[in-house]
Amino acid sequence: MRADEFDPLFLSQVRLGIVAVLLQRGAATFPELKDLLGVTQGNLGIHLRKLEEGGYVAVEKEFVDRRPRTTARLTRAGRDAFRRHVERLSRLGD
Amino acid sequence: MGAPLRRRDTGPALHERAAADLQYIRGTMERAAEFSAVPGRGGMAMGGVALLGAAAAQAVLRAGRGDGAWLVVWVATATVAAGIGAVALTRKAARLSAPLSRGAGRRFLFCLCPSLVAGALLTAALARAGAYDVLPGMWLLCYGAGVTAAGAFSPPVIPATGGAFVALGAAALVALPGVPAARLFGDVAMAAGFGGLHLVSGALVARRHGG
Repeated sequence: MRADEFDPLFLSQVRLGIVAVLLQRGAATFPELKDLLGVTQGNLGIHLRKLEEGGYVAVEKEFVDRRPRTTARLTRAGRDAFRRHVERLSRLGD
Repeated sequence: MGAPLRRRDTGPALHERAAADLQYIRGTMERAAEFSAVPGRGGMAMGGVALLGAAAAQAVLRAGRGDGAWLVVWVATATVAAGIGAVALTRKAARLSAPLSRGAGRRFLFCLCPSLVAGALLTAALARAGAYDVLPGMWLLCYGAGVTAAGAFSPPVIPATGGAFVALGAAALVALPGVPAARLFGDVAMAAGFGGLHLVSGALVARRHGG
């Protein structure tokens, strides 16, 4: 097996982390993801956008008490892709 | 954070990076397993109700209406606050898709509830014995024990709040019973704990953990 056989959207630990958090929680706000993954706001935004463009994550933006809130949820496609990726990793890494 | 799997990785390097990615995924999922649906604004509302309850309890005592009426005020306050907390918790859990019936939500409730039930039973026993001075300290202590235990599966502000409740309750239990102004200071301790601590921790949770 070669690395280029893996889903390119998961060749980043930040994106792996985002999807792992969303798989565990169902949904998470932007500050929660930032805290849990220990990344900067800009870095998280870039990776979240890539996952959203790939259809793996749905991002919802709303205003709560006049403050913007971004909530990310894992889509069905994202869940399936992540499971396939972890299965491949497990065959190699465990 | 370690280096992720790279496109050009092959052979042993690929195996090592796959193992590192798996370890990272497991670690992240463990951290994410904490229960984040503790309601911040709901906690602040509970704090507001507690401050009103403390004022009402003192008014009842000053009017000379006795210990029974004082207890009724606090039980009513606790009932209203618990209702607010339950609704806020349920709504936030639904919004975050964090079910209370399984996983971290279930563990949170299982850790919180026994102390609350113990507090309710002790209230009945101590009131029957006429030990009203002991009640504020016991309430703070029991609530703090439950919040601290439930906080093991929650953001750090929750166990810290539980610890503060325990400390306040312990101080009230040690210092208040038998002293002349025990009832006044008991209500002050209740206002500081159920009012002040809820307002502060609620604001922190609302700001950092989505409302």
